[in-house]
Amino acid sequence: MNFPKDLKYTGTHEWVKFEDEKTAYVGITDYAQDALGDLVFVNLPGEGDEVASGEAFADVESVKAVSDVNSPVTGTVAEVNEELADEPQKMNEAPYEAWFVKVENISGCADLMDADAYEEYIKTCD
Amino acid sequence: MKLIFERSREGRGTAYLPACDVPERLPAGELRKAPLRLAQVPETEVDRHYSELAQQTHGVNKGFYPLGSCTMKYNPAVNEYAASLPGFTDIHPLQDADSVKGAEELCSRLERYLAEITGMDAVTLQPAAGAHGEFTGLLLIKAYHRACGNTARKKIIVPDSAHGTNPASASMAGFDVVSIASDAHGCVDLDALRAAVGEDTAGLMLTNPNTVGLFDPNILEITRIVHEAGGLCYYDGANLNAVMGIARPGDMGFDVVHVNLHKTFSTPHGGGGPGSGPVGCRQFLARFLPHTGGAESIGDVRSFGGNFLVAVKAFAYILSIGAEGVPLAASNAVLNANYMRVKLADVYPMAYDTVCMHEFVMSLEKLHHETGVSALDVAKAMLDHGIHPPTMYFPLIVHEALMVEPTETETKETLDDAIAILRGIRDAAQADPASMHEMPLHTPVRRLDEVGAARNPVIKYAF
Repeated sequence: MNFPKDLKYTGTHEWVKFEDEKTAYVGITDYAQDALGDLVFVNLPGEGDEVASGEAFADVESVKAVSDVNSPVTGTVAEVNEELADEPQKMNEAPYEAWFVKVENISGCADLMDADAYEEYIKTCD
Repeated sequence: MKLIFERSREGRGTAYLPACDVPERLPAGELRKAPLRLAQVPETEVDRHYSELAQQTHGVNKGFYPLGSCTMKYNPAVNEYAASLPGFTDIHPLQDADSVKGAEELCSRLERYLAEITGMDAVTLQPAAGAHGEFTGLLLIKAYHRACGNTARKKIIVPDSAHGTNPASASMAGFDVVSIASDAHGCVDLDALRAAVGEDTAGLMLTNPNTVGLFDPNILEITRIVHEAGGLCYYDGANLNAVMGIARPGDMGFDVVHVNLHKTFSTPHGGGGPGSGPVGCRQFLARFLPHTGGAESIGDVRSFGGNFLVAVKAFAYILSIGAEGVPLAASNAVLNANYMRVKLADVYPMAYDTVCMHEFVMSLEKLHHETGVSALDVAKAMLDHGIHPPTMYFPLIVHEALMVEPTETETKETLDDAIAILRGIRDAAQADPASMHEMPLHTPVRRLDEVGAARNPVIKYAF
């Protein structure tokens, strides 16, 4: 499994990539997509929606289950990756390219792990 | 097999309908311009088509069906006999009330029996299925808080082990859902519940026994905590089969209950059932029930009295097994589940290794980790042995879950066969893991493309 060093990770298996202190992209990790199985649907927020760290802002559906996706940061949705709605398999194929939303005006964030800490963390998840 | 349209040939057919002997009065603009595109097949072909479908279908009348949480018990033929009587089939809800006294009496007696079994005071037969019952029950809770002036009570608490319909119904009814984590035993975490309740609590939704097949030992404390916070307690009757005639939701402290006639009371389940999800409540909520005509009623949730012929079948079931049979069915369901659990526990680790109620949950996580064989692979392999797989990947709090509910209507021989088959599959999984990904080998269709079906469903025939 692959955990890029330039990303930060949450305990609920989302990644966040900061462009600067106020702007970041958010998605789900390789571990998350593997545990969920083949993803068939994603429910995304709209541009301009407020998201809060630790709270659900999207949900994903696999052939097994529907799961909430929590936001690692508090801020405003600046952009939504509409491509995922048509091609949900991208979340399985390339989880770190399949960003869900770009968040701006970030005013806070959850406890985040670096790649090494997250890799240790997921060993405790099975 | 062929689709019925692939059997169709222009000009063939079976015409039994007499010519129309009354004038057609529909305005020309409302009439169909082209005939319906129906398959054109003679009766022989129709019969063979449906017979072939029936042969390829797995049902309780063909084999074992331990689909956890669904209570796939046998549907006795006497139910069908009762529901085919002309006095029940050839009536209409709008005909003169004096001419349908028998049907009315059946409904009111069934309501009384369900009230007695659940410990409730009043029952409506209107809801057409379990989730519809949940929605109806939640509307009662909403109406109650509104009548009390408590419009701030907007939150419904649901444990993370709940059936997915619980949060979905709460959301449909306009509530916000608060999910609370289960404790290490799969039951409600009392501290998490205490932390979750407050002045915004509308109620709690709970299944007891819960979705891991355990009776929550703290049930009285749970309902007390919710009541003290000003909330109401909703009992999801999905698992009532484990306790019917033995323990009553009303005595556990619940205020609203739905039961699934198509699970617990042996009416057909799926395949066009239809279902029925009567809702019971305590007296202080009765004025909000649907179909009462009262000013405070939430209004109809379905036309007339619900799925009446399903009620007839459930009524026949309760009368045929009687007051002694109801608790006996429950205790045999629990016995059968525990028999299988004990005979499988050494090869399929149990998610919660303790005496269970009507169902148990195995975790195949270790097998998956060691061999790559998943719960899905084991479920598919069972198909080759003529067994419908258990519920897979549910509840979500158990990884690689297989949830087995044998029900009370299976013989010891059937259970022994299933146990031997499951043990054999596990041996095969360890000896030749790769072959397990190919299962099933002998079914009419092999592995279906679930992902393709979800992403690009083709749901109509392309003419």
